[in-house]
Amino acid sequence: MKKKGSLLVILTLLTFLLSGCTSELLVLNPKGPAAALLSETIIFSVLMMAGVLVVVFTLFTIILVKYRASNSSPDYEPPHDEGSLKLEITWTLIPIIIVSILSVVTVKSTIAVEKPPAGYENQKPLIIYAASSNYKWHFSYPEQGIETVNYLNIPTGQNVEFRLYSYGPITSFWIPQLGGQKYAMSDMVTKLNLVADTPGSMMGKNSNFSGKGFAKMEFEVLAMTQGQFDEWVNDVKKTAPPLTEEKYDQLLTTEFVGRESFSNTHLEFRPAPEDHSSHFKKPGQKDEEQDSNHENHGEHGEQHKQESEVEDHSNH
Amino acid sequence: MNWDKFIVDGLKHGDPLIIGAVVSIVLVSIAIVAGLTYFKKWGYLWREWLTTVDHKKIGVMYIISALVMLFRGGADGLMLRMQLTAPEMKFLTAQHYNEIFSAHGIIMILFMAMPFIIGIMNVVIPLQIGARDVAFPRLNAVSFWLFFFGAMLYNIAFVVGGAPDAGWTSYFPLASTEFSPGVGNNYYAIALQIAGLGTLMTGVNFIVTILKMRAPGMTLMRMPMFTWSTLITCIIIVFAFPVLTVALALMMFDRLFGSQFFTMTNGGMDMLWANLFWVWGHPEVYIVILPAFGIYSEIISTFSRKNLYGYKSMVASMAIISLLSFLVWVHHFYTMGQGAAVNSFFSITTMLIAVPTGVKIFNWLFTLRKGKIVFTTPMLYSLAFIPIFTLGGVTGVMLAMASADYQYHNTMFLVAHFHYVLIPGTVFAVIAGMYYWFPLIAGFKLNERQGKAAFWTIAISFNVTFLPLFFLGLDGMTRRQYTYSAETGFGPLNLIATIGSVGLMIGFALIVYNIIWSFRHAPRETKGDVWDGAGRTLEWATHIPVPVYNFAVVPEVDRLDAFYFAKKEKRSLFKDKIEKIHMPSNNGQPFILGAIFFFWGFFMVFSMWKSAIVAGIGVLILLAMRTFERDHGFYIPVDEVKKTEQSYGGDSV
Amino acid sequence: MKIDNSLPLEYRNEENRFRIIGFWIFLGAEIVLFATLFLTYFTLWTRTGSGLTAADVFVLEPVLAETFILLTSSFTCGLAIHAMRQGLIKPTMWFMGITLLLGAAFLGIEIYEFYTYVHEGLTLQTSAFASSLFVLLGTHGAHVTFGLLWGIAIMIQLKREGLNETTANKSFIFSLYWHFLDVVWIFIFSFVYLKGLM
Repeated sequence: MKKKGSLLVILTLLTFLLSGCTSELLVLNPKGPAAALLSETIIFSVLMMAGVLVVVFTLFTIILVKYRASNSSPDYEPPHDEGSLKLEITWTLIPIIIVSILSVVTVKSTIAVEKPPAGYENQKPLIIYAASSNYKWHFSYPEQGIETVNYLNIPTGQNVEFRLYSYGPITSFWIPQLGGQKYAMSDMVTKLNLVADTPGSMMGKNSNFSGKGFAKMEFEVLAMTQGQFDEWVNDVKKTAPPLTEEKYDQLLTTEFVGRESFSNTHLEFRPAPEDHSSHFKKPGQKDEEQDSNHENHGEHGEQHKQESEVEDHSNH
Repeated sequence: MNWDKFIVDGLKHGDPLIIGAVVSIVLVSIAIVAGLTYFKKWGYLWREWLTTVDHKKIGVMYIISALVMLFRGGADGLMLRMQLTAPEMKFLTAQHYNEIFSAHGIIMILFMAMPFIIGIMNVVIPLQIGARDVAFPRLNAVSFWLFFFGAMLYNIAFVVGGAPDAGWTSYFPLASTEFSPGVGNNYYAIALQIAGLGTLMTGVNFIVTILKMRAPGMTLMRMPMFTWSTLITCIIIVFAFPVLTVALALMMFDRLFGSQFFTMTNGGMDMLWANLFWVWGHPEVYIVILPAFGIYSEIISTFSRKNLYGYKSMVASMAIISLLSFLVWVHHFYTMGQGAAVNSFFSITTMLIAVPTGVKIFNWLFTLRKGKIVFTTPMLYSLAFIPIFTLGGVTGVMLAMASADYQYHNTMFLVAHFHYVLIPGTVFAVIAGMYYWFPLIAGFKLNERQGKAAFWTIAISFNVTFLPLFFLGLDGMTRRQYTYSAETGFGPLNLIATIGSVGLMIGFALIVYNIIWSFRHAPRETKGDVWDGAGRTLEWATHIPVPVYNFAVVPEVDRLDAFYFAKKEKRSLFKDKIEKIHMPSNNGQPFILGAIFFFWGFFMVFSMWKSAIVAGIGVLILLAMRTFERDHGFYIPVDEVKKTEQSYGGDSV
Repeated sequence: MKIDNSLPLEYRNEENRFRIIGFWIFLGAEIVLFATLFLTYFTLWTRTGSGLTAADVFVLEPVLAETFILLTSSFTCGLAIHAMRQGLIKPTMWFMGITLLLGAAFLGIEIYEFYTYVHEGLTLQTSAFASSLFVLLGTHGAHVTFGLLWGIAIMIQLKREGLNETTANKSFIFSLYWHFLDVVWIFIFSFVYLKGLM
């Protein structure tokens, strides 16, 4: 039967592709602990689901072959069958068990990838701010005092805490071989912990549609040893030009730029929208807040003004 | 007046695709008008179609519109695939690509899948419950015309003013006036609103119809499965669509009146849009998939000549799915940073949906078991659905796992998944339903040989098109990217997918050929119950094509599949004598109301306030006319009913 | 058409019974609509940006007056239906008229309220809080406005035709709508105004 044939083809194709090509697929070819955990999770779920597929496809094929009309005598009349409580409970319980197993795996791995990877909990993280504007990425290294555009260098064996935000549409920061993605948004900072195990070049990108230049929002991630990284930082500090406010505004309005390096960060004059609470001014408590945070208040106002200025510039 | 704002950019820049679209729209319009005038069909069109309140004709109009939209959306899909065939293709520009993928999503979900499903509901539900029409025939016409004119408004965006380009999800701040300054997303907010109102009314209408108009003796647990699925779907519609109404209204306020709901300043919250959109958006998925489950249940049971296995658990599983559908919306944005606890909760609720769905799959398999399976065209689609949808379903479970989703989100893996559930789920179902119930309206079956050829072309091409996308996704290819470089290595699999999509287009063209051929050559049926007497439900108990009053005498039902058992035991479901039949009268107001809404929407899109207010007053005037009107319908006299029954050579009553 | 004379006038024929059930289901949809607007408001009401807050603009007295007026109108609307059930056309008309007048008074105060907000510097464009407040109140106000027009249309029909199955059915459905708007207002009063004033 044709039907069976095409199913077999699909199944063999599937197993072939899964076994043969997995090592070439980025997501299943991890270069860091978070991506490795996710890759394991994915392969585990694929195997579980393959089991389900095998059961359904086998039953389906057997039933179709056995009970087609051309295979039964002309006077065969199918029996009336209301169902079987026992069987129906069985195929309710088995999926519940499968879902329960997957739930445990999901909850465990979700909690794990939201934290610094195992073994790196006590290490002081390297903080990198990743901000998207138009169709480019800005990477600021506040501790090193340098900033890059559209390329990212990180040391291996070091937990990097990415702090993500956007100067406009929601974008999603994703380095498939290091770990899962997370959104960068305009009114808050989201955090993502990633570690690279081995040196090498990887693809990073924005995966959330953000407008006309979205397809061009790829950047190279280069993992290098700590020594090489320090050397690179020093090099940038020495040779790269400083980032002025003027230059930064110009950068923000430009849609596409190549790689750039600077010997300071934009955070000095355009802080990230980290102070979440400033957006949650409680109406009733306005006066109280003014009293207690009197000193900070001016700063907030200024920051707010600056933020809106930035947004004006990126709007065109 | 400044006419410049009405002209789309593509036309100004001389884009051949846009010019082609404009020219073909103009030519087709001229051809339709000329044809209607030449054949003197204007009166016929107005009397028989535009003013009709007959549920069957409204259903047919829904299905025709949906088929047209299927080709519009299909052509979009084909263009997207062309652009992705090879690295760095220059077939479409980024802007054009963005408009087309937005249109593909909106049209396929809202203007193809939904109206196709609703069209089938319209044709079948009253027949299946032994009723003469829906509860509110006039409102039904209003629903259709609101959908129709909403869809038309959306479709003219490509040639007048500029099309939405922020995706079918229209996430803010991308869809705000700041980042999408053209009128495109105004079309989105308003066209969808108009069509959505129509859908909401359909929901109310069919709930009352099913709850209150069933044939005597048809208790809830004796309803056919398609009726059950429609009832549950309509309940979801009533609870989910108002959320879309609000979301679109807020979007309209933000874009047209400068409010601050989703803006980046003054406290606006872009995440609120995503939440509102998906609180509607996820139930919407089940609005198009549950009726499909109902259609498959009918067809599988009919062509295995067996009653549906596990009827009660089938109903229960649909009820559970409908509840869960409201509790899973966050899985569309696990990556928004809401933390492990929230994501874990929504992972579990999402995976739980696999349980009732699994129950349904096994119940269908066990309906087939010990059956006498006949491979008709509708049955082929229903059978193909089981394995393909299972593949779509299990990838859905994989996507439900929050941690893993951090790697699938926004990738081609996701695109492959939802095409694997929506095409075998909804599209196969509506095509199967069309083949299955076609004789009710047309009086003949579609040619089986051609139907099967189309089926195999579609089923194989579908897998060729979408299977590669799973692997592209795992390789890091994101959705909505209009181009990619050769180094990514995405080329070969994309080429395979594009080849498959051409096959899909051929398959759908074959279906159209099949319909046209059958209109001219297919043998006309003389009796109802055309599928070799295998019909089990009431729609097969009347004549074919179904007379305007559906049933000369209202059938009485004493069990599930009553018609099947009546045949077997050689008794009749029709006990009463023929009496005069009350019918609703035709009316042009629904059509006019829809047309006024179209103009209102158009004026709103272009911020032409005075004209919009005039159109708004027009809507109020029509509502006032309706409340002052006294139309109690008319009666078909007994003699006429008898004459009609005799013309069918009828002895069934 | 199936007719059952043991039922109240508005329920008597089948079509009209369908209309009442249909309208109940429609009210279900309306509940979801307002619930969504409320949730939007609760999400955004602290997000005032640099604009005025709820405590800055809310004043209890006019809102309290609105509440009493609308509650009373709901009561008189109930009386109108009661009179209708007794088959008394005059009192039905009178109570309907009072209901609509009270509705108009409510609307007048609400417009005045909006006017003061705008005057004090809180407009639709000020902040997320202001947008959600105006749209929530405005949606309710628009419903009341529509109710007034609808009510007038029904009164004209009552005047022309007296009480019959059709007019009784329309009046009854109108009363469901009016009571529903009252309930929504009670939520607005408690969770928007009182909470904002606290």
